[in-house]
Amino acid sequence: MKNPLKIFKGRHLTMGIPYLWLLLFFALPFAIVLKLSFSTAAIAIPPYEPTFNYVDEALNIFVNLGNYLLLLQDSMYYMAYLTSLKMAFVATLGCLVLGFPMAYAIARAPVKMQAVLLLLVMLPSWTSFLIRVYAWMGILSNNGLINNALTWLGVISEPIQMLNTNFAVYIGIIYAYLPFMILPLYATLVKLDLSLLEAASDLGSSSINTFWKITLPLSMGGVIAGSMLVFIPAVGEFVIPELLGGPDSLMIGKVLWQEFFNNRDWPVASSLAIVMLALLIIPITLFHRYQSRSMESDV
Amino acid sequence: MKNLSFSKVMLWVGLIFLYAPMLILVIYSFNDSKLVTVWGGFSPKWYGELFQDQQILNAVWTSLRIAFYSSTMAVIIGTMAAFVMTRFRRSWAKLTLSNMITAPLVMPEVITGLSLLLLFVQMSETFGWPTERGMFTVWIAHSTFCAAYVAVVVSSRLRELDLSIEEAAMDLGATRLKTFFLITIPMIAPSLIAGWLLSFSLSLDDLVIASFTSGPGSTTLPMVVFSSVRLGVSPKINALATIIILAVSLVAFLSWYFARRAEKKAKIAME
Repeated sequence: MKNPLKIFKGRHLTMGIPYLWLLLFFALPFAIVLKLSFSTAAIAIPPYEPTFNYVDEALNIFVNLGNYLLLLQDSMYYMAYLTSLKMAFVATLGCLVLGFPMAYAIARAPVKMQAVLLLLVMLPSWTSFLIRVYAWMGILSNNGLINNALTWLGVISEPIQMLNTNFAVYIGIIYAYLPFMILPLYATLVKLDLSLLEAASDLGSSSINTFWKITLPLSMGGVIAGSMLVFIPAVGEFVIPELLGGPDSLMIGKVLWQEFFNNRDWPVASSLAIVMLALLIIPITLFHRYQSRSMESDV
Repeated sequence: MKNLSFSKVMLWVGLIFLYAPMLILVIYSFNDSKLVTVWGGFSPKWYGELFQDQQILNAVWTSLRIAFYSSTMAVIIGTMAAFVMTRFRRSWAKLTLSNMITAPLVMPEVITGLSLLLLFVQMSETFGWPTERGMFTVWIAHSTFCAAYVAVVVSSRLRELDLSIEEAAMDLGATRLKTFFLITIPMIAPSLIAGWLLSFSLSLDDLVIASFTSGPGSTTLPMVVFSSVRLGVSPKINALATIIILAVSLVAFLSWYFARRAEKKAKIAME
């Protein structure tokens, strides 16, 4: 403790630099989205009207609730939110049903194999997201691999429409997000005390009963974390419904994109984002509680 | 035991599900036929065409540069944040920082992209800067969301670190700064490299955030791929996809390798 002043400075810089960066490039942008959601679209650059001005010593603040009223009145937006929540929920469930046994098998594999299996599961999630979604276009299309194979086998005479349907979107989300479900599940399952399972089976519990009464409750932390890692980004997904979905898979991320890029209605896009955040605030908080518990440690 | 074998079967089914589509893509990239679903014999001609496409080559170069600068900045910010989260006393500032740094992990990309774009537009309205959107604004956006991943990777390493080694250095008269650069940095180096590589591949891969924050002169590779893919499947994109899969797998494998080495080092240090 030779130079207390220097230590003081160093600690504050360590805290200050990331703090300022995030304040400027993470927190402030949300405030601006909120502000803009109360603005009016205009044909100008940028394409909205100012939300306040200062004329003749009077500060005028314009709050336009029209964007939010539009979201309430036009059933397209309302349906898009419902569709997004429903599709994200079903896809999360799909990831859980497929991912849980996979994570369980990895956690029970020999220790040396575990690292390799985890790499095999994680590797696809690091390769291009866009490419992985694109891969399904060739498989699911009307003259794609599955339809060609089925026609060749004589199972079907007319191709089944799979691409540009909700089915394709489900496949896409499950495919793209499965690794994010497996990783936290594995992390909790590997810590599971096996003697509890033995005790249960010694006492005559069937394996299904043991699963529901012991394995699942003890891995709840991983189930929640994994589900949130899939559900939250899936609700706002744009690439998957755009490339694999059809006209009826109108998800909110796609609507927001269209409002912004095609209609150039920035205020409506902003209010769509604000409502999406409001819907996701509970799952995001749930995820944060899990994440900060596993990341922080107090000195 | 019945339960166990069921889960093993599911593991293999899941792995096939994860790898089959990519394998099919790689096989079809060598298809001679222009009709992507009909096999017309083996040919590497699409790779040749790919390397003559100036638009794609420019986009690759732009993406690589953005990824390099973003992952470097992300490591700096993410490591600092990881230090705060693992080494600082509980405070209001620490709590808000840890909330802000991990939020991009789950934030829908359209929201992150939209909010950053609006920030840049507002800034140029108010301060006249940045004058136009381009590589610089994409760099800021990517650094911010990659820092979240770096913070997770580095903080898990910092938590396992034996504090007594740093204490010993300081007892022997090293300043805090000197201890940090001579003791702490070398000890967490593998996780810094892993975080950098992860950020690099995330930045290279991002479509949505880059679409919002980039300008006319800074089209990234995913943006070019997306505009082409929207029109349907093309053999040239299959060839490009194969190269991307190979390149990113290599980076991912290296990152995994360094993370594992870090773990092994930690184990040896504990023994």
